[in-house]
Amino acid sequence: MSNSGPDSQTILVVGGGIAGITAAVEVAETGYDVILLERGPSLGGRVAMFNRYFPKMCHPTCGLEINFQRIKKNSQIKVMTMTSVSAVSGGPGNFAVTLETTPRHVNAKCTACGDCAKATEMEVPNPFNYGLNNTKAAYLPHEHAYPMRYVIAPEAASGDEGAKIKAACKYDAVDLEETSTTSEINVGAIIWATGWKPYDASKLTSYIYDQSPDIINNVEMERLAAHNGPTGGKILRPSNGEPAKKVALIQCAGSRDTNHLAYCSRICCLGSLKHAAYLREQYADAEVDIYYIDIRAHDKLEAFYQKVKDDDRVHFVKSKPGHIDIGADGRPVLCGEHTISREIYAEPYDLVVLATGMEPSSVDNLPALKLTTDEYGFIVPEMGDADGMFSAGVAGGPLDVSMSVQSATAAALKAIQAVRG
Amino acid sequence: MNEQMVRKPGVYLCKGCGIGEGVSVDALEQLATGDLKIQTCRQHDTLCSDEGVQVIAKDIADGTVNQAIIGACSSRVMSDRFNFNGTQVIRANLREQVVWSHPAGDEDTQMLAADHLRMGVAQASKTSAPGTAAEGDFSRTILVVGGGTAGLTAAKEAAATGHDVILAERSDKLGGWATKFSKRMPHLPPYRDPQDNDIDALIAAVETTSAITVMTDTIVTRTEGSPGKFAVTLSKGGTEQVEMIGAIVVATGWRPYDATKLGHLGYGASPDVVTGVELEAKLKAGPVGKKAVAFIQCAGSRDPDHLPYCSSVCCGVSIKQALQIVEADPDAMAYIIFDELRTPGTAEEFYRQAQEAGVIFMKGKVSGVDANLCVTYNDELLGDDIPLEGLDMVVLATGMVPNSTNIEIDAAPSGADQLLNDINPLSPFDRAITASVAAGDADAVEVKKAPPTGSVAAVEAVEDTAIEAPFPGGPILNLQYRQGPHLPVLADGFADSHYICFPYETRRTGIYTCGPVRRPMDMSESAEDATGAVLKAIQSLNNASEGQSVHPRVGDLSFPKFGLDICTKCRRCTVECPFGAIDEDKNNFPILNPSRCRRCGTCMGACPVRTINFDNYSVQMVSDMIGACEIPDEFSGKPRILVLACENDAYPALDMAGINRHEYSPYMRIIPVRCLGSVTTLWISTALEKGYDGVMLMGCKSGDDYQCHFVKGSGIAQERMSKVGETLKSLMLEEERVVVEEVSIADSKRVAELLTRFSDKITEIGFNPFKGF
Repeated sequence: MSNSGPDSQTILVVGGGIAGITAAVEVAETGYDVILLERGPSLGGRVAMFNRYFPKMCHPTCGLEINFQRIKKNSQIKVMTMTSVSAVSGGPGNFAVTLETTPRHVNAKCTACGDCAKATEMEVPNPFNYGLNNTKAAYLPHEHAYPMRYVIAPEAASGDEGAKIKAACKYDAVDLEETSTTSEINVGAIIWATGWKPYDASKLTSYIYDQSPDIINNVEMERLAAHNGPTGGKILRPSNGEPAKKVALIQCAGSRDTNHLAYCSRICCLGSLKHAAYLREQYADAEVDIYYIDIRAHDKLEAFYQKVKDDDRVHFVKSKPGHIDIGADGRPVLCGEHTISREIYAEPYDLVVLATGMEPSSVDNLPALKLTTDEYGFIVPEMGDADGMFSAGVAGGPLDVSMSVQSATAAALKAIQAVRG
Repeated sequence: MNEQMVRKPGVYLCKGCGIGEGVSVDALEQLATGDLKIQTCRQHDTLCSDEGVQVIAKDIADGTVNQAIIGACSSRVMSDRFNFNGTQVIRANLREQVVWSHPAGDEDTQMLAADHLRMGVAQASKTSAPGTAAEGDFSRTILVVGGGTAGLTAAKEAAATGHDVILAERSDKLGGWATKFSKRMPHLPPYRDPQDNDIDALIAAVETTSAITVMTDTIVTRTEGSPGKFAVTLSKGGTEQVEMIGAIVVATGWRPYDATKLGHLGYGASPDVVTGVELEAKLKAGPVGKKAVAFIQCAGSRDPDHLPYCSSVCCGVSIKQALQIVEADPDAMAYIIFDELRTPGTAEEFYRQAQEAGVIFMKGKVSGVDANLCVTYNDELLGDDIPLEGLDMVVLATGMVPNSTNIEIDAAPSGADQLLNDINPLSPFDRAITASVAAGDADAVEVKKAPPTGSVAAVEAVEDTAIEAPFPGGPILNLQYRQGPHLPVLADGFADSHYICFPYETRRTGIYTCGPVRRPMDMSESAEDATGAVLKAIQSLNNASEGQSVHPRVGDLSFPKFGLDICTKCRRCTVECPFGAIDEDKNNFPILNPSRCRRCGTCMGACPVRTINFDNYSVQMVSDMIGACEIPDEFSGKPRILVLACENDAYPALDMAGINRHEYSPYMRIIPVRCLGSVTTLWISTALEKGYDGVMLMGCKSGDDYQCHFVKGSGIAQERMSKVGETLKSLMLEEERVVVEEVSIADSKRVAELLTRFSDKITEIGFNPFKGF
């Protein structure tokens, strides 16, 4: 082997969710330079949008706070938001990566004072709440956003509205002229931590997700339960704002189904157990029915399952509902057959939550990114291979948070090995 | 700054983000240059702008100022802007906690801002730049304990990152369980077929790597020291050698649950009732030659009488074995009787493959297996007890028991109680020690009389009842720590970590567990886990050699310093340290092992004579900050309430109250603390003596699902405050004046309500009668 080391010892981490953040801080805290890319305006990814974690029922922002402090203290991490990768060339030790940065219309001079938001009346669907409510068109992504910097929605970034917003900023932080830009960087290794998106519930046609506001998916349920969500943390029926006290949780909504996601998404059972806990905590008289095939509370999470199971107002119904109707009172009615008793049911609910699975975030231009994926789009684990690219977290398969962190920590070491020469 | 240097504090006041509109910055400047005697004080419209930062940088560069007290936004933001290459920066939070959470132009808001400034100046007068604790030589060698899949991978990855490795394996050969398995579950697409077991290649890779020293027949008999400087005694077949080690990866793996306890499932009644592990040996030897095989899932798992948890891998393993049987003999029948079939992730494809290959899956609970291999199970679909006959083999899918102790050696005489203690850091057992030590002089004397054998003595002073070890066997590392020889475990027997976000964080710094000793997992996950653990081990030894803390205060150079001249040897610090960082010398004085220390300050809070302090965080510093605030007299109608807020969760929640513009009582004076564990009762009495009317401690959740980043800070604080209650009573002060609140970081709305409610409550109780004295 020649003694020429890699051209670049910088490691690129693509994706600023819990896996990407972990990979980046673990790399930097081992003494290597790292660039952390995030497509959106702030770090935290899906977990920032969760209300709490199973099984401890603690808040994701708690761990994120520590991680953000780690990033702030470490000069070896460079965070780039609003940025994604459009192409990769070269190879291990010397990748040329083309980046695309979309406009935030707010520059680094922003102090997060909020004057821009006060200046506009225009509202846009709030992406942090999956559009369940609106936010001002000049907005802080959420109270715990990092970087703590506002965003101007494209709709408000021109014309009179834009001028009004710009005029309100005392710090010259609003940049209406900003356009999408491409740039190129050189890195020695790449960690793909591109994460996941909820499976599109509208594809489950018999569950009529699009036809009733009271049929939601599990990530929307997280927002309903969150103190900074659209309802201030009260789990209310989206149709009429009444408390949702009789709730159905449908497992494997799209997962373990060869017509949709053939694999098991691993986290949805625990997620629904957590949702049952949210409901029972909020309403002493709430009734929760969990429709399931198998409850997959793997390893020590079994204890959480048993705890929820001990609640006699949480019922486990072994059945995959056939379809959902809308009742005369407008409530969704679950229809199907009990797998065990073979009884036919048609049960009305205040709220139906589809426990949709995790789909790998779409990576549109795989050849340009030189990624090998399986048929579902998960990056094939090739750790140890000499290709200088690694996956972290759900980019490589459906994992829970703890396993994602574990995977990201491992990816950090593999990437370091690839650049240390 | 070292003690000899002259302090030249400068105050920089920002007028941006509403500060200039909310309070009179001129009045703050007058306060700074007047009463507070600050020579250099400057205002700026936007201190975080390039020009603003330049104002500060210039004063530092020309030597005018060597401490910057910045009255602007919270320390949680703009820390990269206000970073002046090591110059001390103190932040007075005038934005989030003053003008964003209190009405503009109000007298009380101005008084609050003034007190923030006073506290900042007081802090600056008592803080010093921490010196390094790194002295002497540090080892970069990583010790890996356990030579199975996880241990071998750890050794290989550590060597591939440039470290020397000692791999200690208890048995006479490497490979662990994997060498006994014929095939492994698939982890590569299409995730359908049992994969070849590549353990031989992994063993060969390790054996041919010169940086790895493989020691078989070897156990650790003693571990002394701390990260970077562990002195580990390895015993190879009884011959001992001592090695200097930087960090340790524990990969001691698992053992199958003892099937002899499963007599009701026919184990022992027939040689054809075997465990999954026993079947592996048969499959490895060749075709098993059985025509009808039933697999019983959760045999001893998910069962309160046996293992309460799910071992995760058993469903996949039974599927693999069933597939191997039906694929070897198309006439063979395989039945898998399960309660919940658990093939998470892409393992679902493996399940599908088995269904397509004709393996029969039956949902039900097995009630018995007789000597004729008749399996009686309650079929949930048919709703009845069904006998399954005509079998020629029954396989019990037994679960995984973590090797968090070494069952081949006896429990150390002083180990049982500490292992029990380590299960739940807030267990009554622990409280018993704390209580006995904290109860007063009489007990303390009692403790001091006891022989220096660690907390056993302290416990014996409380109760004589024999303590039974919850898990058999002796310690893996035999840590020569004041807090005992074991690695802390959780209630289910797996090695700590308790944290979802930080699964490698254990209560023993520089020692990382991986593989099934940490959580039930399969071979590919174990390999990944081992890789992650190695990274943490490398960071730990790097940090040790630089005198820095590891997670969560990574990079922190400060460490507690002990004033032994007034130490009463009460042992509270050695007992309460959540990380076992403090030992006792032969005279019972505390000795800190800096690289074990996580810098939480729990020892500082514990010390009854307040002689434990950090250079930049001390009892005196916070006392001075408390004392710096102006206390209006009782005729003003303005109470003062001290809030000591955990900087990890409560303080950010308070900031977010400001970000959301939630208003709260202006009478609160908030001081961030490293952890509630660092709160000394002196601060409470100082506050009450100074005329504060109430004190609120805000920390993280305690109990089984504790969220304290330093394990037991809020639990300890509650314990300590219960003692304060008695003191208050003796002073004829109402107990309600001092409260501990558990809050979460997501409580931005609730913290505002809590503060206002407490303020109202204090107003109702009335002013502190000691005010003005």
